[in-house]
Amino acid sequence: MAEIESGGGKKLSTRVDLTPMVDLGFLLITFFMFTTTMSKPKSLEIVMPSDKKTDVVNKVKDYTALTLLLSKENRIYYYYGIGDNPLVPPKVEVTYFKNQGGVRDAIIKLVKDVNETKQRDAGQPGISETDVPTILIKPDTNSTYLDMVNALDEMQINGIGTYAIVDISDVERGFIKATEAANSDQ
Amino acid sequence: MPKHKLPRKSTHIDMTAMCDVAFLLLTFFMLATKFKPDEPVVVVTPSSVTESPIPPNSILLTLDKDGRIFFDFDNKAAKKDMINDMNTARKLGLTPDECDNFVRGSSVGSSLSQLKSFLSLTSADKGNFQFSGIPNDTTDATLDNNELVYWVQEARAFGTANSSDGKSPRICIKADSKTPYPKVRALINSLTKNEIDRFNLITAAEAVPEGTALWEERMKSVKTTNTETHN
Repeated sequence: MAEIESGGGKKLSTRVDLTPMVDLGFLLITFFMFTTTMSKPKSLEIVMPSDKKTDVVNKVKDYTALTLLLSKENRIYYYYGIGDNPLVPPKVEVTYFKNQGGVRDAIIKLVKDVNETKQRDAGQPGISETDVPTILIKPDTNSTYLDMVNALDEMQINGIGTYAIVDISDVERGFIKATEAANSDQ
Repeated sequence: MPKHKLPRKSTHIDMTAMCDVAFLLLTFFMLATKFKPDEPVVVVTPSSVTESPIPPNSILLTLDKDGRIFFDFDNKAAKKDMINDMNTARKLGLTPDECDNFVRGSSVGSSLSQLKSFLSLTSADKGNFQFSGIPNDTTDATLDNNELVYWVQEARAFGTANSSDGKSPRICIKADSKTPYPKVRALINSLTKNEIDRFNLITAAEAVPEGTALWEERMKSVKTTNTETHN
Protein backbone atom coordinates (compact mmCIF):
# COMPACT_ATOMS: atom_id res chain seq x y z
CA MET A 1 0.00 0.00 0.00
CA ALA A 2 1.13 3.40 -0.84
CA GLU A 3 2.13 5.45 2.02
CA ILE A 4 0.77 8.88 2.49
CA GLU A 5 3.71 11.13 2.17
CA SER A 6 4.23 13.42 5.00
CA GLY A 7 6.82 15.90 6.03
CA GLY A 8 9.21 15.98 3.11
CA GLY A 9 6.45 15.59 0.47
CA LYS A 10 5.91 18.35 -2.09
CA LYS A 11 2.89 20.55 -1.50
CA LEU A 12 0.92 21.02 -4.71
CA SER A 13 0.02 24.63 -5.34
CA THR A 14 -3.69 25.37 -5.60
CA ARG A 15 -2.99 28.27 -7.94
CA VAL A 16 -4.06 27.97 -11.54
CA ASP A 17 -2.32 29.89 -14.28
CA LEU A 18 -4.97 32.31 -15.46
CA THR A 19 -3.05 33.71 -18.45
CA PRO A 20 -4.86 31.65 -21.13
CA MET A 21 -8.19 32.59 -19.61
CA VAL A 22 -7.30 36.28 -19.76
CA ASP A 23 -6.23 35.82 -23.38
CA LEU A 24 -9.54 34.28 -24.23
CA GLY A 25 -11.41 37.01 -22.38
CA PHE A 26 -9.71 39.76 -24.31
CA LEU A 27 -10.17 37.95 -27.58
CA LEU A 28 -13.91 37.81 -27.01
CA ILE A 29 -13.96 41.46 -25.94
CA THR A 30 -12.29 42.44 -29.18
CA PHE A 31 -14.84 40.40 -31.11
CA PHE A 32 -17.80 42.05 -29.38
CA MET A 33 -16.29 45.50 -29.70
CA PHE A 34 -15.97 45.10 -33.44
CA THR A 35 -19.41 43.61 -33.97
CA THR A 36 -21.11 46.40 -32.01
CA THR A 37 -19.53 49.26 -33.91
CA MET A 38 -19.58 47.73 -37.38
CA SER A 39 -23.15 46.55 -37.64
CA LYS A 40 -24.83 49.90 -37.09
CA PRO A 41 -26.72 50.78 -40.25
CA LYS A 42 -27.29 54.41 -41.11
CA SER A 43 -30.25 56.01 -42.77
CA LEU A 44 -30.32 58.40 -45.67
CA GLU A 45 -33.33 60.67 -45.58
CA ILE A 46 -35.09 61.62 -48.78
CA VAL A 47 -38.25 63.45 -49.57
CA MET A 48 -39.85 62.34 -52.79
CA PRO A 49 -41.76 64.87 -54.86
CA SER A 50 -45.42 64.37 -54.16
CA ASP A 51 -47.67 63.49 -57.07
CA LYS A 52 -49.56 66.72 -56.63
CA LYS A 53 -46.52 68.92 -57.17
CA THR A 54 -45.54 68.20 -60.73
CA ASP A 55 -44.25 71.65 -61.57
CA VAL A 56 -40.95 71.27 -59.69
CA VAL A 57 -38.98 70.71 -62.85
CA ASN A 58 -40.53 73.66 -64.66
CA LYS A 59 -39.27 76.12 -62.06
CA VAL A 60 -35.64 75.17 -62.52
CA LYS A 61 -33.58 77.77 -64.36
CA ASP A 62 -31.62 76.56 -67.30
CA TYR A 63 -28.18 77.70 -66.15
CA THR A 64 -28.49 76.11 -62.69
CA ALA A 65 -29.58 72.68 -63.87
CA LEU A 66 -27.66 69.46 -64.27
CA THR A 67 -29.41 66.27 -65.26
CA LEU A 68 -28.03 62.86 -64.39
CA LEU A 69 -29.45 59.96 -66.34
CA LEU A 70 -28.66 56.73 -64.52
CA SER A 71 -28.32 53.84 -66.89
CA LYS A 72 -27.16 50.25 -67.06
CA GLU A 73 -23.79 49.04 -65.72
CA ASN A 74 -23.63 52.00 -63.31
CA ARG A 75 -23.22 54.43 -66.17
CA ILE A 76 -24.30 58.03 -65.81
CA TYR A 77 -25.19 60.16 -68.79
CA TYR A 78 -25.25 63.81 -67.85
CA TYR A 79 -25.88 67.15 -69.44
CA TYR A 80 -26.06 70.73 -68.26
CA GLY A 81 -29.24 72.74 -68.61
CA ILE A 82 -32.82 71.60 -68.89
CA GLY A 83 -32.45 70.27 -72.41
CA ASP A 84 -36.06 70.93 -73.39
CA ASN A 85 -35.31 72.70 -76.65
CA PRO A 86 -35.77 70.05 -79.37
CA LEU A 87 -33.79 72.12 -81.88
CA VAL A 88 -30.66 72.25 -79.74
CA PRO A 89 -30.16 68.86 -78.10
CA PRO A 90 -27.89 69.04 -75.05
CA LYS A 91 -24.35 67.74 -75.13
CA VAL A 92 -24.61 64.44 -73.30
CA GLU A 93 -21.54 62.87 -71.77
CA VAL A 94 -20.98 59.57 -70.03
CA THR A 95 -19.28 59.05 -66.69
CA TYR A 96 -19.26 56.77 -63.64
CA PHE A 97 -19.39 56.97 -59.85
CA LYS A 98 -15.74 57.37 -58.94
CA ASN A 99 -13.73 59.33 -56.41
CA GLN A 100 -11.51 60.78 -59.13
CA GLY A 101 -12.62 61.87 -62.56
CA GLY A 102 -16.21 60.70 -62.09
CA VAL A 103 -19.53 62.43 -61.86
CA ARG A 104 -18.25 64.49 -58.93
CA ASP A 105 -16.18 66.62 -61.28
CA ALA A 106 -19.30 67.46 -63.28
CA ILE A 107 -21.12 68.52 -60.10
CA ILE A 108 -18.20 70.63 -58.89
CA LYS A 109 -18.09 72.31 -62.30
CA LEU A 110 -21.81 73.08 -62.06
CA VAL A 111 -21.42 74.71 -58.63
CA LYS A 112 -18.50 76.78 -59.90
CA ASP A 113 -20.32 77.82 -63.08
CA VAL A 114 -23.46 78.83 -61.23
CA ASN A 115 -21.48 80.96 -58.79
CA GLU A 116 -19.51 82.61 -61.58
CA THR A 117 -22.61 83.34 -63.64
CA LYS A 118 -24.33 84.85 -60.63
CA GLN A 119 -21.40 87.20 -59.99
CA ARG A 120 -20.86 88.12 -63.62
CA ASP A 121 -24.48 88.63 -64.66
CA ALA A 122 -25.85 89.96 -61.39
CA GLY A 123 -28.91 92.14 -61.92
CA GLN A 124 -29.69 90.72 -65.34
CA PRO A 125 -33.13 89.23 -65.98
CA GLY A 126 -33.35 85.57 -65.05
CA ILE A 127 -30.40 85.74 -62.66
CA SER A 128 -31.19 85.97 -59.00
CA GLU A 129 -29.05 85.92 -55.86
CA THR A 130 -31.11 83.03 -54.52
CA ASP A 131 -30.41 80.72 -57.46
CA VAL A 132 -28.80 77.47 -56.37
CA PRO A 133 -27.36 74.59 -58.36
CA THR A 134 -30.13 72.11 -59.00
CA ILE A 135 -29.67 68.50 -59.95
CA LEU A 136 -32.29 66.29 -61.49
CA ILE A 137 -31.70 62.58 -61.04
CA LYS A 138 -33.46 60.48 -63.61
CA PRO A 139 -32.89 56.76 -63.20
CA ASP A 140 -33.63 54.67 -66.26
CA THR A 141 -35.45 51.36 -65.91
CA ASN A 142 -32.22 49.39 -66.32
CA SER A 143 -30.46 51.13 -63.42
CA THR A 144 -30.34 49.65 -59.93
CA TYR A 145 -31.00 50.84 -56.41
CA LEU A 146 -27.24 51.16 -55.93
CA ASP A 147 -27.11 53.84 -58.63
CA MET A 148 -29.91 55.77 -56.97
CA VAL A 149 -28.24 55.71 -53.54
CA ASN A 150 -24.87 56.60 -55.05
CA ALA A 151 -26.43 59.58 -56.80
CA LEU A 152 -28.15 60.75 -53.59
CA ASP A 153 -24.88 60.25 -51.74
CA GLU A 154 -23.09 62.40 -54.29
CA MET A 155 -25.56 65.22 -53.48
CA GLN A 156 -24.58 65.02 -49.83
CA ILE A 157 -20.88 64.82 -50.57
CA ASN A 158 -20.98 67.93 -52.74
CA GLY A 159 -23.35 69.87 -50.53
CA ILE A 160 -26.11 70.12 -53.14
CA GLY A 161 -29.28 71.11 -51.32
CA THR A 162 -31.69 71.13 -54.23
CA TYR A 163 -32.20 67.89 -56.08
CA ALA A 164 -35.03 65.63 -57.07
CA ILE A 165 -35.57 62.16 -58.38
CA VAL A 166 -37.70 62.46 -61.48
CA ASP A 167 -38.99 59.90 -63.95
CA ILE A 168 -37.04 59.63 -67.17
CA SER A 169 -38.72 60.55 -70.44
CA ASP A 170 -38.46 58.93 -73.85
CA VAL A 171 -36.61 61.99 -75.15
CA GLU A 172 -33.88 61.36 -72.60
CA ARG A 173 -33.75 57.67 -73.42
CA GLY A 174 -33.11 58.89 -76.96
CA PHE A 175 -30.16 60.96 -75.66
CA ILE A 176 -28.68 57.86 -74.06
CA LYS A 177 -29.08 55.85 -77.25
CA ALA A 178 -27.55 58.60 -79.37
CA THR A 179 -24.56 58.90 -77.03
CA GLU A 180 -24.07 55.15 -76.99
CA ALA A 181 -24.12 55.06 -80.78
CA ALA A 182 -21.67 57.98 -81.01
CA ASN A 183 -19.28 56.35 -78.54
CA SER A 184 -19.26 53.01 -80.29
CA ASP A 185 -18.35 54.68 -83.59
CA GLN A 186 -15.07 55.93 -82.25
CA MET B 1 29.72 40.42 8.68
CA PRO B 2 26.86 38.10 8.33
CA LYS B 3 25.75 37.52 4.80
CA HIS B 4 22.24 38.59 3.93
CA LYS B 5 20.50 36.06 1.85
CA LEU B 6 18.05 37.76 -0.51
CA PRO B 7 14.87 35.77 -1.05
CA ARG B 8 14.38 34.90 -4.67
CA LYS B 9 11.26 36.59 -6.05
CA SER B 10 8.93 34.72 -8.32
CA THR B 11 8.33 36.17 -11.79
CA HIS B 12 4.74 35.00 -11.77
CA ILE B 13 2.09 37.70 -11.62
CA ASP B 14 -1.27 37.09 -10.15
CA MET B 15 -3.63 37.06 -13.10
CA THR B 16 -6.84 36.94 -11.08
CA ALA B 17 -7.44 40.69 -11.08
CA MET B 18 -6.79 40.99 -14.80
CA CYS B 19 -9.06 38.08 -15.49
CA ASP B 20 -11.80 39.79 -13.47
CA VAL B 21 -11.47 42.98 -15.51
CA ALA B 22 -11.45 41.08 -18.79
CA PHE B 23 -14.63 39.24 -18.00
CA LEU B 24 -16.34 42.32 -16.64
CA LEU B 25 -15.71 44.08 -19.95
CA LEU B 26 -16.77 40.99 -21.82
CA THR B 27 -20.08 40.90 -19.97
CA PHE B 28 -20.62 44.58 -20.71
CA PHE B 29 -20.03 44.18 -24.44
CA MET B 30 -22.14 41.05 -24.61
CA LEU B 31 -25.07 42.84 -23.04
CA ALA B 32 -24.57 46.03 -25.04
CA THR B 33 -24.37 44.24 -28.38
CA LYS B 34 -27.51 44.32 -30.38
CA PHE B 35 -27.37 41.44 -32.77
CA LYS B 36 -28.80 41.66 -36.20
CA PRO B 37 -32.35 40.32 -36.19
CA ASP B 38 -32.75 37.21 -38.27
CA GLU B 39 -33.94 38.26 -41.65
CA PRO B 40 -35.87 36.15 -44.11
CA VAL B 41 -33.66 37.29 -46.98
CA VAL B 42 -30.11 38.45 -47.34
CA VAL B 43 -30.01 42.09 -48.34
CA VAL B 44 -26.74 43.81 -49.14
CA THR B 45 -27.35 47.52 -48.71
CA PRO B 46 -25.32 50.14 -50.55
CA SER B 47 -23.20 52.52 -48.47
CA SER B 48 -23.49 56.26 -48.05
CA VAL B 49 -21.71 59.04 -46.16
CA THR B 50 -24.73 59.85 -44.00
CA GLU B 51 -24.32 59.70 -40.24
CA SER B 52 -27.89 59.79 -39.04
CA PRO B 53 -29.03 56.65 -37.24
CA ILE B 54 -32.25 54.80 -37.90
CA PRO B 55 -35.04 56.63 -36.06
CA PRO B 56 -36.96 54.74 -33.40
CA ASN B 57 -40.55 53.71 -34.06
CA SER B 58 -39.92 53.01 -37.72
CA ILE B 59 -41.58 50.78 -40.25
CA LEU B 60 -39.01 48.69 -42.07
CA LEU B 61 -39.76 47.74 -45.65
CA THR B 62 -37.17 45.34 -46.99
CA LEU B 63 -36.88 44.98 -50.73
CA ASP B 64 -34.74 42.12 -51.95
CA LYS B 65 -33.04 41.90 -55.31
CA ASP B 66 -35.97 40.05 -56.87
CA GLY B 67 -38.30 42.85 -55.84
CA ARG B 68 -40.07 40.99 -53.01
CA ILE B 69 -41.27 43.27 -50.23
CA PHE B 70 -41.08 42.39 -46.53
CA PHE B 71 -42.65 44.22 -43.65
CA ASP B 72 -41.39 44.74 -40.12
CA PHE B 73 -42.11 47.23 -37.37
CA ASP B 74 -40.00 47.84 -34.28
CA ASN B 75 -42.94 49.05 -32.19
CA LYS B 76 -44.18 45.80 -30.64
CA ALA B 77 -47.27 47.31 -29.02
CA ALA B 78 -48.39 48.80 -32.33
CA LYS B 79 -47.62 45.54 -34.09
CA LYS B 80 -49.91 43.70 -31.69
CA ASP B 81 -52.76 46.17 -32.20
CA MET B 82 -52.38 46.19 -35.97
CA ILE B 83 -52.43 42.42 -36.38
CA ASN B 84 -55.54 42.17 -34.21
CA ASP B 85 -57.23 44.82 -36.30
CA MET B 86 -56.14 43.28 -39.59
CA ASN B 87 -57.28 39.89 -38.38
CA THR B 88 -60.83 41.06 -37.79
CA ALA B 89 -61.05 43.50 -40.71
CA ARG B 90 -59.72 41.11 -43.34
CA LYS B 91 -60.92 37.87 -41.72
CA LEU B 92 -57.46 36.31 -41.69
CA GLY B 93 -58.56 33.65 -39.20
CA LEU B 94 -55.44 33.87 -37.07
CA THR B 95 -55.38 32.31 -33.62
CA PRO B 96 -54.04 34.36 -30.67
CA ASP B 97 -50.89 32.24 -30.82
CA GLU B 98 -50.35 33.11 -34.45
CA CYS B 99 -50.87 36.81 -33.72
CA ASP B 100 -48.28 36.54 -30.98
CA ASN B 101 -45.99 34.82 -33.44
CA PHE B 102 -46.28 37.85 -35.73
CA VAL B 103 -45.56 40.32 -32.91
CA ARG B 104 -42.44 38.52 -31.73
CA GLY B 105 -41.18 37.46 -35.15
CA SER B 106 -39.12 39.41 -37.64
CA SER B 107 -40.05 40.51 -41.15
CA VAL B 108 -42.96 38.94 -42.94
CA GLY B 109 -43.40 39.02 -46.67
CA SER B 110 -46.44 37.20 -47.91
CA SER B 111 -49.85 38.10 -49.20
CA LEU B 112 -52.63 38.38 -46.64
CA SER B 113 -54.10 35.09 -47.81
CA GLN B 114 -50.83 33.29 -47.16
CA LEU B 115 -50.14 34.98 -43.84
CA LYS B 116 -51.85 32.29 -41.78
CA SER B 117 -49.90 29.47 -43.36
CA PHE B 118 -46.66 31.26 -42.49
CA LEU B 119 -47.54 32.25 -38.93
CA SER B 120 -48.79 28.77 -38.06
CA LEU B 121 -45.32 27.35 -38.72
CA THR B 122 -42.97 26.56 -35.87
CA SER B 123 -39.80 28.61 -35.73
CA ALA B 124 -37.77 25.67 -37.08
CA ASP B 125 -39.89 25.43 -40.24
CA LYS B 126 -39.98 29.16 -40.84
CA GLY B 127 -36.61 29.13 -42.53
CA ASN B 128 -37.96 26.94 -45.32
CA PHE B 129 -40.99 29.07 -46.05
CA GLN B 130 -41.01 30.42 -49.59
CA PHE B 131 -41.94 34.07 -49.34
CA SER B 132 -43.66 35.64 -52.27
CA GLY B 133 -43.38 39.17 -50.90
CA ILE B 134 -46.16 41.56 -50.00
CA PRO B 135 -48.06 42.26 -53.23
CA ASN B 136 -47.69 45.79 -54.51
CA ASP B 137 -50.29 45.90 -57.22
CA THR B 138 -49.98 49.19 -59.07
CA THR B 139 -52.39 48.48 -61.89
CA ASP B 140 -55.33 49.79 -59.90
CA ALA B 141 -55.00 53.57 -59.76
CA THR B 142 -56.93 53.98 -56.51
CA LEU B 143 -54.68 51.46 -54.72
CA ASP B 144 -57.64 50.29 -52.66
CA ASN B 145 -56.68 46.68 -53.17
CA ASN B 146 -52.97 47.26 -52.78
CA GLU B 147 -51.87 45.14 -49.82
CA LEU B 148 -48.61 47.00 -49.28
CA VAL B 149 -50.45 50.28 -48.86
CA TYR B 150 -52.85 48.56 -46.48
CA TRP B 151 -49.98 47.25 -44.34
CA VAL B 152 -48.32 50.65 -44.17
CA GLN B 153 -51.55 52.47 -43.40
CA GLU B 154 -52.35 50.07 -40.58
CA ALA B 155 -48.84 50.37 -39.18
CA ARG B 156 -48.92 54.15 -39.34
CA ALA B 157 -52.31 54.38 -37.66
CA PHE B 158 -51.36 52.11 -34.76
CA GLY B 159 -47.78 53.35 -34.65
CA THR B 160 -48.98 56.91 -34.07
CA ALA B 161 -51.38 55.75 -31.37
CA ASN B 162 -48.65 53.78 -29.61
CA SER B 163 -45.75 56.20 -29.96
CA SER B 164 -44.26 58.04 -27.01
CA ASP B 165 -44.17 61.44 -28.76
CA GLY B 166 -47.36 61.21 -30.81
CA LYS B 167 -45.48 61.32 -34.11
CA SER B 168 -46.33 58.98 -36.92
CA PRO B 169 -43.67 56.34 -37.58
CA ARG B 170 -41.01 56.87 -40.24
CA ILE B 171 -40.75 54.59 -43.24
CA CYS B 172 -37.38 52.94 -43.65
CA ILE B 173 -36.60 51.29 -46.95
CA LYS B 174 -33.89 48.67 -46.94
CA ALA B 175 -33.21 47.55 -50.45
CA ASP B 176 -30.53 45.44 -52.01
CA SER B 177 -27.88 47.12 -54.17
CA LYS B 178 -28.93 44.98 -57.11
CA THR B 179 -32.64 45.73 -56.88
CA PRO B 180 -33.77 47.09 -60.26
CA TYR B 181 -34.83 50.71 -60.02
CA PRO B 182 -38.41 50.16 -61.33
CA LYS B 183 -39.13 47.97 -58.29
CA VAL B 184 -37.93 50.72 -55.95
CA ARG B 185 -39.90 53.28 -57.90
CA ALA B 186 -43.07 51.16 -57.71
CA LEU B 187 -42.71 50.84 -53.94
CA ILE B 188 -42.15 54.56 -53.44
CA ASN B 189 -44.89 55.47 -55.91
CA SER B 190 -47.51 53.47 -54.06
CA LEU B 191 -46.63 55.32 -50.87
CA THR B 192 -46.38 58.83 -52.33
CA LYS B 193 -49.86 58.37 -53.73
CA ASN B 194 -50.95 58.05 -50.11
CA GLU B 195 -49.30 61.29 -49.04
CA ILE B 196 -46.26 59.55 -47.58
CA ASP B 197 -43.26 61.24 -49.11
CA ARG B 198 -40.51 61.11 -46.48
CA PHE B 199 -38.35 58.03 -46.48
CA ASN B 200 -35.23 56.82 -44.76
CA LEU B 201 -33.06 54.69 -46.99
CA ILE B 202 -31.03 52.28 -44.91
CA THR B 203 -27.40 52.19 -45.93
CA ALA B 204 -24.07 51.08 -44.56
CA ALA B 205 -21.62 53.70 -43.37
CA GLU B 206 -18.88 55.03 -45.63
CA ALA B 207 -16.07 57.53 -45.18
CA VAL B 208 -16.39 60.99 -46.70
CA PRO B 209 -13.91 61.44 -49.58
CA GLU B 210 -11.27 64.05 -48.78
CA GLY B 211 -11.40 67.47 -50.36
CA THR B 212 -15.11 67.48 -51.11
CA ALA B 213 -17.61 70.07 -49.89
CA LEU B 214 -19.03 67.81 -47.20
CA TRP B 215 -15.56 66.85 -46.01
CA GLU B 216 -14.56 70.50 -45.59
CA GLU B 217 -17.78 71.23 -43.75
CA ARG B 218 -17.21 68.38 -41.34
CA MET B 219 -13.60 69.44 -40.80
CA LYS B 220 -14.81 72.94 -40.01
CA SER B 221 -17.30 71.70 -37.44
CA VAL B 222 -14.61 69.52 -35.84
CA LYS B 223 -12.31 72.55 -35.58
CA THR B 224 -14.96 74.80 -34.05
CA THR B 225 -15.88 72.26 -31.41
CA ASN B 226 -12.20 71.86 -30.61
CA THR B 227 -11.65 75.58 -30.10
CA GLU B 228 -14.80 75.81 -28.06
CA THR B 229 -13.56 73.22 -25.65
CA HIS B 230 -10.18 74.95 -25.37
CA ASN B 231 -11.67 78.32 -24.51
